Amino acid sequence: MELLEQISFNLQNGLDDVVAALTKDAIEKRIPPGEILSDGLIAGMSIVGEKFKNHDIFLPDVLLAARAMNGAMEMLKPLLIKEGIPIRGKVVIGSVKDDLHDIGKNLVAILIKGAGFEVIDLGNDVPAEKFISAAKEENAHVIGMSALLTTTMPVMKKVVDLAKDEGLYGKIRIIVGGAPVSKEYALEIGADAYSYDGANAVETVESFFPVNN
Amino acid sequence: MRPVFRLLSDELIERIISQARDILCDLGMEIHNDGVLSMLSDHGASVDSEKMHVYFTADIIDKALETAPDSVKLFDVMGRQTHDLTDHNVYFTPGSAAINILDPLSGEIRKPLTADYVEYAKLVSRLDNIASQSTAFIPSDVHEKISDSYRLFLSLLYCEKPVVTGAFTIDAFNVMKDLQLAVRGSADALKEKPLTIFSCCPTAPLKWSDVTSQNLVDCAKHFIPVEYISMPLSGFMAPVTLVGSLVQHTAETLSGVVLSQLTQPGTPIIYGGSPAAFDIRFETTPMGAVETQMMDCAYNEIGKYLNLPTQAYIALSDAKKLDAQAGLETSMGATLAALAGINNISGPGMLDFESCQSLEKLVVDNEICGMTLRLARGIEPKEDFPAIPIFEELLREKHLLIANHTRKHLRDEHYFPGRVIDRANSSRWEEEGSLTIGDRAKSEIARLQGEYEPSGLSGDILAEMTRLMRAEAARFGMARLPHEDL
Ligand code: B1M
Repeated sequence: MELLEQISFNLQNGLDDVVAALTKDAIEKRIPPGEILSDGLIAGMSIVGEKFKNHDIFLPDVLLAARAMNGAMEMLKPLLIKEGIPIRGKVVIGSVKDDLHDIGKNLVAILIKGAGFEVIDLGNDVPAEKFISAAKEENAHVIGMSALLTTTMPVMKKVVDLAKDEGLYGKIRIIVGGAPVSKEYALEIGADAYSYDGANAVETVESFFPVNN
Repeated sequence: MRPVFRLLSDELIERIISQARDILCDLGMEIHNDGVLSMLSDHGASVDSEKMHVYFTADIIDKALETAPDSVKLFDVMGRQTHDLTDHNVYFTPGSAAINILDPLSGEIRKPLTADYVEYAKLVSRLDNIASQSTAFIPSDVHEKISDSYRLFLSLLYCEKPVVTGAFTIDAFNVMKDLQLAVRGSADALKEKPLTIFSCCPTAPLKWSDVTSQNLVDCAKHFIPVEYISMPLSGFMAPVTLVGSLVQHTAETLSGVVLSQLTQPGTPIIYGGSPAAFDIRFETTPMGAVETQMMDCAYNEIGKYLNLPTQAYIALSDAKKLDAQAGLETSMGATLAALAGINNISGPGMLDFESCQSLEKLVVDNEICGMTLRLARGIEPKEDFPAIPIFEELLREKHLLIANHTRKHLRDEHYFPGRVIDRANSSRWEEEGSLTIGDRAKSEIARLQGEYEPSGLSGDILAEMTRLMRAEAARFGMARLPHEDL
């Protein structure tokens, strides 16, 4: 098996030590880091995502693969930066103001990170202004918001409105999710997308970056 | 004999409690509330204020368990006793705080409105096997800051039964308490006759938020009963084994008991919860899973072992419609709960992981509750010995349909479900339109709502409640309340 295929294969099986060793090997063999990322790691994660969607594997399998991905990314990141290869994209994510539900948000954050994106997790109870200032500071490509209460959903609209005021709207993508949120609501407030679960959130964020794919 | 279902031996219960106590004392807990932290510190707990972390002591846990009452009584708006939550007494209450409702006419899942809430409250007033109301869903046509208090207001206005409820913010508690004071007339009367139960949730793992811990303290100050809703998710936010999740549930719930009892020794509390299995295939928290229901019954045994009244979210389903899954999950939960003697059984009407209330399902569940309440009464001899005389009568008369023994015991011995349960023979069923349970549920809702009788509360009290609610709504720029236009 070719080295990058081996990386993909072992990543699919969640073997983080093996993936780390193979990635090191690939770097030493001077395989371009962009190729290791796309043809090894992301290729493996895409298969994992597909299998998860089809119920061939379950959440813990995805998290194990994500852990392997994150380990390899730590090694690749400095090289990618040196070569000027853009990282897959940066996402700031949080549960909105007055909402303490963070289980779903945490899961979504882990899965997006596992797919190779950089994730800045702002935690829960995050005020609208904080989403905007963090997105600016971090030069983020995506703002992700989670709300589980009917009463906290309006914060999402506030963030969209602030993004408009600050000239970010249209440049930065906004994705929303959580039990009371719906596709219609996302549309109504002007968010770019709604996701109903972690795997779907990964797909959605990936769809924002067609070039990198 | 009252049948009782048990899952845990006393020895296992003791080990679970002992480990939970160790967790509270050795690992401690995060509590994001300065007032609560300083109260715990005053009672000898060691507090790291910077990290908002507290280490409990064996002494405060013991003290709290000593002052916690072993029974909680509830009274309806008219002051009549409806509940004695103690021992193996069981009562049902609708699942609470849904995000959506399943529209009984269109079959659409949608955000609820005030009109839906009023219909719900009227319906619950007519359901014999549902002992209390819950604030079952959130009307979406009022400002979100009053959506918790407004549903309590509507409940108190339209239905006499006591209410299982909860606040979403620290502020909202005030008007929710004032509405109750308006009904009872004074703080002492409210203490004497509790009208509501507030659900207060610790955050798994091992944390209390500012809002929910403050709600708990505020309830204790006014002797308003609290049920703790600890929610370990097995294998995700809690150990995957049921015993491991029970240890976590016990630690979180015991911490709640301490917070309440230190605030106000003797304040009424209920050992509740909503632990759940976590389905790693769908990223969901199935309330209809058998393991969820087993954990509910098991922590109820732990609560009973500690001599505390209990509660659980158990008679509900994750189905999206009133279908066979809805029936089977709800029945299994209700049956286990009644046999386990969970005192306040939450769930009827609820679908979709506690997200969706359905009036159709509620009338069907009312029958499930009726049957399980009958089951819980078990089998007792009633003038059955000696047996010879009744058999002599049977042999003589060829039937016992009008025998004294039958007439005396028929209604007590046999539960006759309402019209949603089909017991007609097939010819009659066809002649009556081959109706499905959904069809029958719809007409039953209409029939019961038609029989609605307004609350007996005096006009003065209703006016005072309306004044309070209007003032609260005005704070958020609402000049009129939607129910006034119905
Ligand atoms: C950025 O892009 C994206 C993309 C996708 C995104 C996304 C963001 N965010 C989510 N997704 C999506 O992907 C995720 C992964 O699959 C999914 O996330 P989920 O979060 O949906 O899924 C998780 C993996 C598992 N699901 C969950 O974790 C939520 C389950 C339920 C049962 C739930 C839980 C667990 C809790 N709760 Co709460 N809780 C309920 C929930 C019922 C429900 N049906 O949702 C709900 C939401 N809670 C409710 C309530 C009332 C409350 N809760 C409260 C507290 C809690 C616990 C602390 C006990 C616990 C949360 C622990 C924690 N650390 O998060 C209180 C609120 C505290 C606060 N201010 O936030 C309190 C107010 C109760 C009280 N009186 O104290 C109800 C909401 C009522 C309403 N109409 O708004 C509720 C529907 C249950 C009910 N019927 O009572 C998708 O939605």
